[in-house]
Amino acid sequence: MKTKRAMMLVSTDPESMRLGASDLLKSLKEALEAYQLQDEVDIAEIQDIERTNILPIVVVYPEATVYGPVKPGDARYLVEEHLYKGRVAEDLLAPPKQLTGQIGSLRAHRGYNPAEQRIVLERAGRIDPENIEDVIAHNGYEALGKVLTEMTPEQVIDVVEKSGLQGRGGAGFLTGRKWKFVRMAKGEKKYVICNADESEPGTFKDRIVLEGDPHVILEAVAIAGYAVGADEGYVYIRGEYGHAYRRLQHAIEQAEEFGFLGRNIFNTNFNFHIHLHAGAGAYVCGEETALIESIEGKRGEPRPRPPYPVTRGLWNRPTTVNNVETLANIPAILRNGAEWYRSFGTPSSPGTKVYTIMGNVNFSGVIEVPMGITLREVINIYAKGMKPGSVLKLAQTGGSSGSIIPASLRDVPMDFESFRKAGVSLGSGALLICDQHTCIVDLVKVLLQFFRFESCGKCTPCRVGTQRSYEIVDRISKGQGKLEDLDTLQTLIAEMERASNCGLGQTATVPIRDMLRHFRTEVEAHIRTGSCPTGVCEMAFEKMES
Amino acid sequence: MYAPAVEREIKEVVQEAIEKHGCGRDAFIPILSEINHALGYIPAEAIREVKAQINQDGSFVSQGQLYGLASFYDMLSTQPRGRHVIKFCENAPCHVVGGKAIWDALRETLELENGATTSDNKWTLVTTSCIGLCSVGPVVLIDDDMYGNVTVEQLPEILGQYE
Repeated sequence: MKTKRAMMLVSTDPESMRLGASDLLKSLKEALEAYQLQDEVDIAEIQDIERTNILPIVVVYPEATVYGPVKPGDARYLVEEHLYKGRVAEDLLAPPKQLTGQIGSLRAHRGYNPAEQRIVLERAGRIDPENIEDVIAHNGYEALGKVLTEMTPEQVIDVVEKSGLQGRGGAGFLTGRKWKFVRMAKGEKKYVICNADESEPGTFKDRIVLEGDPHVILEAVAIAGYAVGADEGYVYIRGEYGHAYRRLQHAIEQAEEFGFLGRNIFNTNFNFHIHLHAGAGAYVCGEETALIESIEGKRGEPRPRPPYPVTRGLWNRPTTVNNVETLANIPAILRNGAEWYRSFGTPSSPGTKVYTIMGNVNFSGVIEVPMGITLREVINIYAKGMKPGSVLKLAQTGGSSGSIIPASLRDVPMDFESFRKAGVSLGSGALLICDQHTCIVDLVKVLLQFFRFESCGKCTPCRVGTQRSYEIVDRISKGQGKLEDLDTLQTLIAEMERASNCGLGQTATVPIRDMLRHFRTEVEAHIRTGSCPTGVCEMAFEKMES
Repeated sequence: MYAPAVEREIKEVVQEAIEKHGCGRDAFIPILSEINHALGYIPAEAIREVKAQINQDGSFVSQGQLYGLASFYDMLSTQPRGRHVIKFCENAPCHVVGGKAIWDALRETLELENGATTSDNKWTLVTTSCIGLCSVGPVVLIDDDMYGNVTVEQLPEILGQYE
C-alpha cells in the first residue's frame, strides 16, 4: 500500500453541502493535482457536528488543524500554504473554542471544548463513515466479535440490563429487560427493529449517528439479534433522510462483504441479515406498533396493546424495537462493561444523553453529556448563552410531545427520574430554547397544528381531540377566546390522555397541560384584554375595534 | 421536472419498481415511493398497474389497499404536482426563529395556499414535517435542494434559480 503523508477531512453533511461543500471538494482535488500532491494526500468526507456556525470545515491531519468556513475559492490557498509550503493557512483557521470548563470531571476531547462525554457519538465526525476499515480501526465490530465468540445470549442481556441502559426514544424503558422479554417469548422466528423514524420536530440526533457512524447501528442490531435469538433485523428509516439512507445502504454492503453480516459471522453458526426500510412520511410511524404496520405494507396506524411487540410484533412474531441512540450505546457497553457505563450519569439514569440545542441561543447543534446536567448548564456552557438581548422564558424538551418548562425549572437535573418527579418529560432530547419574544399561545398553537395534521385518525379521542383543542387555542390566539374555554381544554385533555390508543394522542395533551400550569396568566391575558402580551398573535379585527 | 405520465411509461416504471423491491407486503410502500419519485405523483393508472403486476405474481393486493397507502403517507401524492415542489417546515423550532415570516412571504409571492399548484404548473407549495435541519432553521426545501437560515430577502434569489 502506498503511504500518504497527509489526510484532509472535508465536512459534507447536508448543512455543509448547502454551503458549497461539493464545489469545495472539487476545488481541493484540482488544487492537489495542480501541485502534484494527489498521490500524497487523501481526502475523506466527514460529518461535522460541532461547528455548525463555521461550515464547511476542512481538517488537515496529521496536525489536526481545523479550517472553517472554507469556500471553494480558498482551496488553492489552503493546499499551497498547508500542504505545499507546509505552513498553517492562517487566514482560514477556525476560531478556537472557548474553554468554560465548569463540568470539571469530563475529559475534554482533543481540541473540543467545552468538554463532552461521547459514547453514542464517539466515532461520528472522527472517522470516514463510508470506509469500514476506518471503522474497524476505531473498535468497530469488536463488540460483536467478543459477544459471538465469548458470551452466551443470556450473558449479553445480563450486561445490558446491569448497565441500566434505558430506551432513548422517550419512554425510558430498560433495554435489557425488553431484550429478555423477547428472548423468553415463545417462537422460533424473532425480529430486531431499529427505530430510525426520527420525526419529533427539533430532534436530529439519530440523523447524526446514522450519517456519521452507520456501522455502530449495524453492529448493535446484530448484537441485539444474537441476544434475543433473531436472525433478521430491520432498520426503519424515515423517508426524509435520503442521505442517511444511502450511507446505511453502503454500510450494509460493506459489512456483508467483510463478513460482519450474513452467514456464519466470525466463523460461528450465527447468521444475521439486515433489511433497510424507508418510510414515506408519517410522524405516527415512530410509534413502535405503527412502525411495524408500516413495514408490513399497511397504513401506519398503531395497534391496540397488549399484546406488546415483545410477544407479537412484526409478522406477529416476538420483536424488539429499539431507538437509534439506545442501540448506539450497546457496542461500547459490551466492550467496556456495565460498571464502566454506570460511571456516567446518575444512579437512576446511567449513561449519557445526546441533546439537540436550538432556538434563541448562540450555538445550535448536537451535544452528548452525562445524564443529569441542568438546563442552566446546557444554556450557559454548551449553547454559549442566550442571543444578545434574549432572556430565557421557556424551553421545550423532546420535540412536539415533550414538556414546556418555564425558566424557573432550569436547575432541575435532566434525567428520567428527576424529570418525572418534576412532572416534565425528557422526551427525545430536543431542547428548543425560547426567549421573551415567544408567545405561549402561539407556540402551543403551532404544536397543536402539528398534532392535528399527524394524527392517524384511527381512534376518536385523538382525531377529534387534536382538532378541537387546536380550534380553541386558535380562537384564544385571535382574542376571541372565553374563560370557559380553559375548562373545556382541561376536560378534553384528560379524556384524550385516558382514552387515546397510542402515545400520539396521549402526549398531544402535554403542551396544553404545561401551558395552563405554568403560563395561565399569559393565556388569560389573551382572553381578558383581547391582546397578546408579546405582540406575536394577530388579533381578529372585531376584537381590536371594541 | 416531470412530464405528464403516459401509459407505456407507467407500465415500465411499475415493472422496474417491482423488480427492485419484490412483491412481498413489505415492498408495497417502497414500490409506491419509487413510482412517486419517477412520475412526480401516483396516478390512478399506476395503482391499477401495481395491483395487476403484483397479483400476477401470486401475491395479493387490492387497489383500495394501495390507494390507502398513497393517501396516508405525506411523501406520496395522488395529485399531479408542479414542476417544482416547495416544502416549507412549519414546526416549532423553525417557527420561533422566524419561520412564519417566510411562510407568509412564500404564500404571498406565489399567490398559493398550502397544497396548491400555480396555474402555469411551475410551483406546488406544501408544508413538510421536520427534516432534522433545525440547527439552520428556518428551512425550505425545493425539490431535493435544501435552503437553511432563510430570510425573506433571500427568497426572490432562491426562487429565481428555478426554470
